[in-house]
Amino acid sequence: MSLNNLIKNWTSFRSRRPYLDQYKNADYKWAMVIDLDACTGCNACTTACYAENNLPVVGKERYEKGHAMHWLRIERYWGEGESVPVDMVPDRGAQFLPMMCQQCEAAPCEVVCPVGATHHSADGLNTQVYNRCVGSRYCSANCPYKVRYFNWWQYADTAWPNPLELQLNPDVSVRSKGVMEKCTFCVQRLRESMDHAKTDGRLVRDGEVTTACAQACPTSAITFGNLANPQSQVAKKWKNQQIALEKDEQKKDENLRGYRIFEEFRTYPSVVYLERVRDLEA
Amino acid sequence: MSHMIKHDVPDDNEIHIEKKFVPKDLDIDKDVSWAQINKDVLRSLDRPRPIFWVIFFAAMALFSFGVYCEKYQYDNGLGVADLNNPQVWGLYIATFIFWIGMGHSGTLLSALLHIIHADWRKPIYRYAEAMTTFSLLTAALFVLIHLGRVWQFYYVVAYPNERWVWPNFSSPLVWDATAIGTYLTSSLLFLYTGMVPDLAICRDNATGARKKLYTFMSLGWQGTDRQWATFRVTYMTLACFLMPLAVSVHSIVSTDFAVSQNPGWHITSFPPYFVAGALYSGCSVIITLFILLRYVFRFEAYMTMPILNKLIKMTFAIAMVWNYLNLIEYSTVWYGANEIAKQQLLDKMTGTYAPVFWGMVFCSTVMPFTLLIKFVRTHLPTLMVVSIILNFGMWLERIQIITPTFGHSQYPWTWTSGWWPSWVQFGIVAGSFGWFTMLFMLYCKIFPTISMYEVKEMVHDQSKMLKAKGVA
Ligand code: SF4
Ligand code: SF4
Repeated sequence: MSLNNLIKNWTSFRSRRPYLDQYKNADYKWAMVIDLDACTGCNACTTACYAENNLPVVGKERYEKGHAMHWLRIERYWGEGESVPVDMVPDRGAQFLPMMCQQCEAAPCEVVCPVGATHHSADGLNTQVYNRCVGSRYCSANCPYKVRYFNWWQYADTAWPNPLELQLNPDVSVRSKGVMEKCTFCVQRLRESMDHAKTDGRLVRDGEVTTACAQACPTSAITFGNLANPQSQVAKKWKNQQIALEKDEQKKDENLRGYRIFEEFRTYPSVVYLERVRDLEA
Repeated sequence: MSHMIKHDVPDDNEIHIEKKFVPKDLDIDKDVSWAQINKDVLRSLDRPRPIFWVIFFAAMALFSFGVYCEKYQYDNGLGVADLNNPQVWGLYIATFIFWIGMGHSGTLLSALLHIIHADWRKPIYRYAEAMTTFSLLTAALFVLIHLGRVWQFYYVVAYPNERWVWPNFSSPLVWDATAIGTYLTSSLLFLYTGMVPDLAICRDNATGARKKLYTFMSLGWQGTDRQWATFRVTYMTLACFLMPLAVSVHSIVSTDFAVSQNPGWHITSFPPYFVAGALYSGCSVIITLFILLRYVFRFEAYMTMPILNKLIKMTFAIAMVWNYLNLIEYSTVWYGANEIAKQQLLDKMTGTYAPVFWGMVFCSTVMPFTLLIKFVRTHLPTLMVVSIILNFGMWLERIQIITPTFGHSQYPWTWTSGWWPSWVQFGIVAGSFGWFTMLFMLYCKIFPTISMYEVKEMVHDQSKMLKAKGVA
């Protein structure tokens, strides 16, 4: 970017995202819906994510130190007043919440990255450029969901001892120590299918591409798709729940289960959660 | 020598008789001869005593240990520092703010006091500025140490480059890098400019390699009228330039936090709060170094008790401002609507971080009140201990700004109960003190720590003033 270019584009750094109908005429805006009622907490999605994205398994010791690299983590919550002895499970069971990068449309992590290693793509992804990352970890400090994971160690040397390196996904780079990483919505899959579609002179069809987690989920709790295509499953679900990307706050009423986490921070996440309604009889 | 030491205490016999005409504190003895000033200050550049080398090598050992830790971290990744998710910053950033803060007061005070013609700055500003420069250098080290990929640090610097990529100008870290770079350069320039006439004095008295060094550095200073006139204008211009710059630097450092959305950081009063904190810790270091230099170099005639007293008064005032801003911060959070910030505040006071918090309260809020006691102000060993405690409190303050916010941020899943930095972090922090001590000691033996020409001005002005009042 030359200096002139910088001056010319200065205002675009400051534009508010998302604006009304930002993706109306766009080809793609990737988004997700997670049905918490369907989620059984089986961790299949996490495992699929590890396999797809070359995530290192760090081992017990480092896990306890907080060095785990699970881009998609299953959080377990007990209901209110249900704290029980460790070896017992409350009658209603636990609540599970798969949590990954919410691909915020106004991402707090993007503004603070000094080198612009994390930035927004045209199809609404919050991308992470490993080669550009200097490892200041400011993005992680500013991410309200704390879904960014830092390469504290040089995992490439130890996590896949021979011959395990053969299991690595060739479409995904193995990150070096000192860079930040996080859920990418399986960007390698998206790009591949977008390229195929482009060759055929069309757009990616709904269901043609999906993320590893959505693919692995036995209960189909995760729906992934293109929000810019009003016919897609995701767009329909968003619409059913009366959620729009650029809306500050969702309408709340008994029939609506959809919500986005931390709306009050104006991050405009691309992931909608459907509240769990199954109650006492579960 | 002996007749100078006598004037330690302001109410000395000699000026006692005309007390009602004399300004209460005579900053410096009006009878010191100019040759004596040269002699005393140049003496501090003499061959050091063995104890100098002992301390120097101790500092060097500490520094080497820090380097070893850094090497270890560089080779193995930041994991060895026991940082984690969500505690991603830890002691490195806390200590970074600490050093930046220390590096604040020297130049800021020197420039401010110069602009408002507060003459008592003259014997003490030189070492304070040197302190600024070295602590800025140390702070800059911490930015690098903290980076995951140090070897790519230049990505943060804004310069047109062949990769055609700019840093992200909306990130406070880029402002930081720019502000610190600018401040470091101009502080160095300010320090150097103010030193030129003194370097000429050194040049005239030195031999051998030192002569060469001073000749080169004094830029052909002859002390002509024209040179002095240019010098005054330059120096004043630099001072005026540095004032707002210095205020901006720590404000910008505070935006690292204030700009983020995290509870405990997202507070409008952060910039003045940080500047006050910076001045506070800087002033206490200036006091510590004052006592040390005065003792080591026998500078009793120049670094006098009245000057120290003024310094202490200023420190106390700044401490109170800092306390006030601290209170504002807590009450804003307490009466505000942000539940998480409130919980976090309680967590700070009663949870895992309580020792850090109450340590800070004791060291930085309670301790400054001891400065009101005359004994503390006049008994130098006690004062030194107090000033070090104040500064330690400011280090704790930085930790309690950083860690609780990570430990108790918005997202409940990441609420951690405890976190403890590894030996690598402590080693690097300790190493930074060794590095600073080394630099400062070398400086003291190569460059005059007291501004000779300005002390002369001071003596001159004071005798003139006394004469005008008919005292002397
Ligand atoms: S969830 Fe966190 S990492 Fe993902 S876009 Fe939002 S702020 Fe960034
Ligand atoms: S795979 Fe599906 S059911 Fe299993 S934890 Fe993930 S979202 Fe829940």
